[in-house]
Amino acid sequence: MNFDVSIIEKYGPLILSGLPMVLFISAVSAVFGFLIGLLAVFLRGRNKVLKTIVNGYIDLIRGTPVYVQLIFFYLGLPGLFPGFNPPEVLSCIIVFSINSGAYLSEILRAGVEGIDRGQIEAAKALGVSKSDIARHIIFPLALRNVLPAVMNEFITLTKETSIVSVIGVADMMYRYNNVSASTYSTFEPLLVIFIAYYILNVILSQIGRFIERKLSYA
Amino acid sequence: MLKVEHLYKEYNENVKVLFDVNFTFEDGKTYAIIGSSGGGKSTFIRCLNMLEVPTSGTIELDGVKVNDPKTNLEDIRAKMGMVFQNFNLFEHMNALDNVTFALRKVKKMSKEDADMKGKELLEQVGLGHRFDAYPHQMSGGEKQRCAIARALAMDPEVLLFDEPTSALDPEMTSEVLKVLQSLSHQGLTMIVVTHEMNFAKEVADEVIYMDKGNIVEHSPAKEFFEHPKTKRAQEFLANMI
Ligand SMILES: Nc1ncnc2c1ncn2[C@@H]1O[C@H](COP(=O)(O)OP(=O)(O)OP(=O)(O)O)[C@@H](O)[C@H]1O
Ligand SMILES: [Mg+2]
Repeated sequence: MNFDVSIIEKYGPLILSGLPMVLFISAVSAVFGFLIGLLAVFLRGRNKVLKTIVNGYIDLIRGTPVYVQLIFFYLGLPGLFPGFNPPEVLSCIIVFSINSGAYLSEILRAGVEGIDRGQIEAAKALGVSKSDIARHIIFPLALRNVLPAVMNEFITLTKETSIVSVIGVADMMYRYNNVSASTYSTFEPLLVIFIAYYILNVILSQIGRFIERKLSYA
Repeated sequence: MLKVEHLYKEYNENVKVLFDVNFTFEDGKTYAIIGSSGGGKSTFIRCLNMLEVPTSGTIELDGVKVNDPKTNLEDIRAKMGMVFQNFNLFEHMNALDNVTFALRKVKKMSKEDADMKGKELLEQVGLGHRFDAYPHQMSGGEKQRCAIARALAMDPEVLLFDEPTSALDPEMTSEVLKVLQSLSHQGLTMIVVTHEMNFAKEVADEVIYMDKGNIVEHSPAKEFFEHPKTKRAQEFLANMI
C-alpha cells in the first residue's frame, strides 16, 4: 500500500479550488431547473398541445444520459450550426437546468396531484382568483408534499455535475486530471474529491431537513 | 334574494342528480335542507356558488345571474360564503391567516386591518385564544368554528353549510350548532344541509326536504315537523326517530 499524505497537503487546496465551480453550476442550475419545472407543470395543465410538447420534453430528457446531453449540446449542436459556440460554463448551466427541470416537473406534478381538493374549493368559494390560489394555496401545499424528493433531486444534480470536466470546465475532477498527470497519484487526489462531495451532500440534506421541519408547522 | 329556476344537474350523460329544482331563498332567513343520502343536497348547495356547474337552469343572486359566463364569478362567490363538512382549512396557515387570507387577497385589505377583523371574528366564534394555532393543532369543533369565521370574514349575504357537523362528535357538534344559532336571524341568509333534526326544528325558519334530485316539500319548520304533507317526508321523519 502506498498512501502519501504529502500529496493531499500539497495538492488538496488546488483540487478543492474546483469546488466553487461545482457549487456555482449546481446552484444556478437548481434555480433555473426549479423554474423550468414549475413552468412545465403550469404549461402541461393548459391544453392538449402544450401537454404533448411538455411530455415529449420530459421523456426525451429522462430517456437519455445527462453526459450525452452535455456533449450533444456543446459539441453536437455546433456541428449542425457552425456559428453556434456556447461557452463551457454556460453550456453546463443550460444542460443541467433543462435536465433537472424535467425531473423536477414530474416531482412537482405529483405534489400538485396529491393536494386535497377541499382546500382549493374553500379558496374558490371565498372568491379568491385562480392566480392567487395557484401561488398561495397550490404551490406551498404541493411543495410541502414533495419537498424530500425535490431536495433529493438537488443532491442528484450536484453529484451529476461531476461530469463537466469532459468539456473542459475547471471543477474538482478537472483539477484531479491535472494533479494526477503531474504526480502520477490517483488515490490521494480522488480521496479528497470523494470526501468533498460527501460532505457537500450531507450539508445539503441537512438543509433539506431543516426546511422540511420549517414547513411542517409543528 | 337567491332564486333558483329549473335547475338541472347531470354529472355524466346518464347520472341525473338534480332535475327541475325551483326555489327562492329570501334574505335573512335560515333554511335547513334535509333528506336521505344521495338525494342531491350537496350537489344543490354546491351549484349555488358554482363549485358544480349546473347543466341547465338559472341561479340568480339579487338579480345577477350566477351561472352566466359573463358574470364575474369571483365577485359572486365573495358574497356567498361556504362551510364544508371537512372544514377544508388551509393547512399551511394558522387560524388567523385562514380567516384573513381572502380579506387580504380578495378585498385587498391591509394586513393590520385584516388582522383586526380576523381577531374579532375568531373571538366571536370562541377562538380568541387560538389565533396562532394551525389546523392540525385544533380539535374538529375548533376547526369548524374557524372555518365559519373564515366564511364570515367576507361579510357574505348568503352562507352555505354542507353538513357542518357530520364529521364531529356530539360535544363538538353542539358547540358548532351554537355558533350557527347565534348567526341566524342577524341579517344573513343561511342555507344549511344537515342531519341534525333538532337544529332544523329549533333554528331554521324553513325546512326543505329533498329526495331523488328534487325538492319534495318545503314549509315553515314547525309545520314541517308537526304536519309533513307528503308521504315521502312522513316516512323520512318516521325513520329519523
Ligand atoms: N362528482 C360526482 N360525480 C358523479 N356523481 C356524483 C358526484 N357527486 C355526487 N354524485 C352522485 O350524485 C348523487 C347525489 O349526490 P349528493 O352528494 O348531492 O347527495 P347528498 O344528498 O348530498 O348525499 P349525502 O347525504 O350522502 O351527502 C349521488 O348519487 C352521487 O353518487
Ligand atoms: Mg352531501
